[in-house]
Amino acid sequence: MLAALAVIWIGFHVWSGGSFITPRNLWNLSVQTAAVAIMATGMVLVIVSRNIDLSVGSMLAVIGMAMALLQAEILPDIIGFDHPATWIIALLAGIAMGAVLGGFQGFIVAYVGVPSFIVTLGGLLVWRGAAWAMASGRTIAPMDSTFQLLGGGARGTIGGGWSWVVGIVACVGIVAMLANGRHQRRKFDFRMRPLWAEITLGVVGCGVVLGSIGYLNSYFLPPRLAAQRAEAEGLVIPPEGLEISFGLATPVLIVILVALVMTFIATRVRFGRYVFAIGGNPEAAELGGIKTKWTIVKTFAVMGVLVAIGAAVQVARLNAAVSGLGQLTELYVIAAAVIGGTSLAGGIGTIPGAMLGALVMQSLQSGMVLVGVDAPIQDIAVGLVLVVAVALDTLYRKKSTQ
Amino acid sequence: MTQETITRTPLVEMRDIRVAFGGVHAVDGVTIDLYPGEVVALVGGNGAGKTTLIKTLSGAHKCDSGEIYIRGEPVSIDTPRDAKDYAIETIYQTLALAENIDATSNMFLGRELRTRWRTLDDRAMEDAARRVMGRLNPKFQNFKVPVQSLSGGQRQSVAIARAVHFNAKILIMDEPTAALGPAETEQVNELIQQLKAEGIGIFLISHDIHDVFDLADRISVMLQGKLVGTVNKADVTKDEVLGMIIMGKQPGEATRAELDQLHE
Repeated sequence: MLAALAVIWIGFHVWSGGSFITPRNLWNLSVQTAAVAIMATGMVLVIVSRNIDLSVGSMLAVIGMAMALLQAEILPDIIGFDHPATWIIALLAGIAMGAVLGGFQGFIVAYVGVPSFIVTLGGLLVWRGAAWAMASGRTIAPMDSTFQLLGGGARGTIGGGWSWVVGIVACVGIVAMLANGRHQRRKFDFRMRPLWAEITLGVVGCGVVLGSIGYLNSYFLPPRLAAQRAEAEGLVIPPEGLEISFGLATPVLIVILVALVMTFIATRVRFGRYVFAIGGNPEAAELGGIKTKWTIVKTFAVMGVLVAIGAAVQVARLNAAVSGLGQLTELYVIAAAVIGGTSLAGGIGTIPGAMLGALVMQSLQSGMVLVGVDAPIQDIAVGLVLVVAVALDTLYRKKSTQ
Repeated sequence: MTQETITRTPLVEMRDIRVAFGGVHAVDGVTIDLYPGEVVALVGGNGAGKTTLIKTLSGAHKCDSGEIYIRGEPVSIDTPRDAKDYAIETIYQTLALAENIDATSNMFLGRELRTRWRTLDDRAMEDAARRVMGRLNPKFQNFKVPVQSLSGGQRQSVAIARAVHFNAKILIMDEPTAALGPAETEQVNELIQQLKAEGIGIFLISHDIHDVFDLADRISVMLQGKLVGTVNKADVTKDEVLGMIIMGKQPGEATRAELDQLHE
């Protein structure tokens, strides 16, 4: 997977004459990938549990529309325009809505027994229609000024300094995780990795994190914006020009947070283990005393929450909500999960894999835009890559199990 | 309570159990019981209703009518969880393992050990799994690989370890040796003797009387959903049990000629 990503990146870098692997392009790529990556983590659990969710694109539209209406038309009348609490009320309302809509679909799948393909295909139509009906097809804009930060953009970044802080925290986390793992294994007297291997892992991990941050930090604000910023903060502009880093964008921070939480859910708590057990053998899960139906409802509810977060990022980035928001997104999200190694037969999939899958898909698309491939050809390429990626993966798995 | 009354109260008593699928009576008024430290073989041909009967005890199926008593107390077992609360553990013929997760996780499926942060305590579970497996199958070392890459015998070990680890008082084994080679079968048989000595009551289900005759204390025979009868192994021959399984005739009822025919 990493190899495929490297091929795509280097390929486009050469093809575009050296403009793909640049701080600016990678920064944009990180922001563009965010929404799909966030939702792909939930799609992994849905697919692992032997289900599918085709409704995420439409649900993104209806939730995005609801959040937009709330902050642009409803809340200003109640608490005033651009009130500091607007963004969090809108976001939490969206998340609650996502949990309810997703959980409702999950309920029909689990308790009524309608296949998830059908339930969410219905959802795809219903939520899209609802998004239109909510505002009679109008475009809702603008968003609350704080809410907009969720989408990134020149203001929605944390700057170079804080990006380094995030990087250092990540490094501390990596070291702590390795140390804790070692400590636990010693406590139970299990076999341990040699110390040099642990140290190498730590150094490589931290190196990758800090290297990426450093590279992204060399994407600077355009001179005009930098000058404005300097003026606002009372800085003196040095004669050689001012270099202010964008730093990590808010959507990227959200992705990191979602990745951590979802990995934790998938691997460290009962719910995640049950999702995998259900995917592996539903009968065994049932006989083991697992509440399989309730677990499925929760899986879809989690998916709904992630759709809401994805919707917030999208709406904030566009600074508007339209009823066509998120069209075909379900397919990108499913493709990201599948390219990331999630098996449609259920039982197999990882959160980091799906996020990497999202990055592969987005790299491909951005790359083609960069080198000026026509839109229809882009679709053809993405479609082919999806099939080839899964075919290679299937062949590889067959070989490794023989 | 005297020693006498303790031993006289059956560990399990299933009275007049009925299960129907549509119009078909899969189990039709069957009454069986099981005492501590006893092995009761439940035998019968395919479709005799053995597995269905036993599933009402393990919580996988609800019975339409009939009562279940554990140590003399009437109980209702609606889910596998209920059964486990009564220390009833089942080793299913299918083994009921999730192929995609590892042996340890399968052993603790639905009953995971957790840290005080309510997260999964994988290492404590692996530790416990190693200890119980050390008793059952010391050669077993593949605790961290998905079950799908294990051999039939190893999978069986996982399923048995799961039942044994949680201090079963009542153990149900559905065709426990069907998928095993001779050496592994011998191992399972030894285990059954060992568990029996610990006072665990065991229902041993099989379609083949030869597999269970030596292990059983009593034999209950089912045919077409009905109980043909329950006999003490000491009182019967294999041929007589075969007569019960195939013809539904009580021991002594079938003639020599009929029994001889069974071997042709």
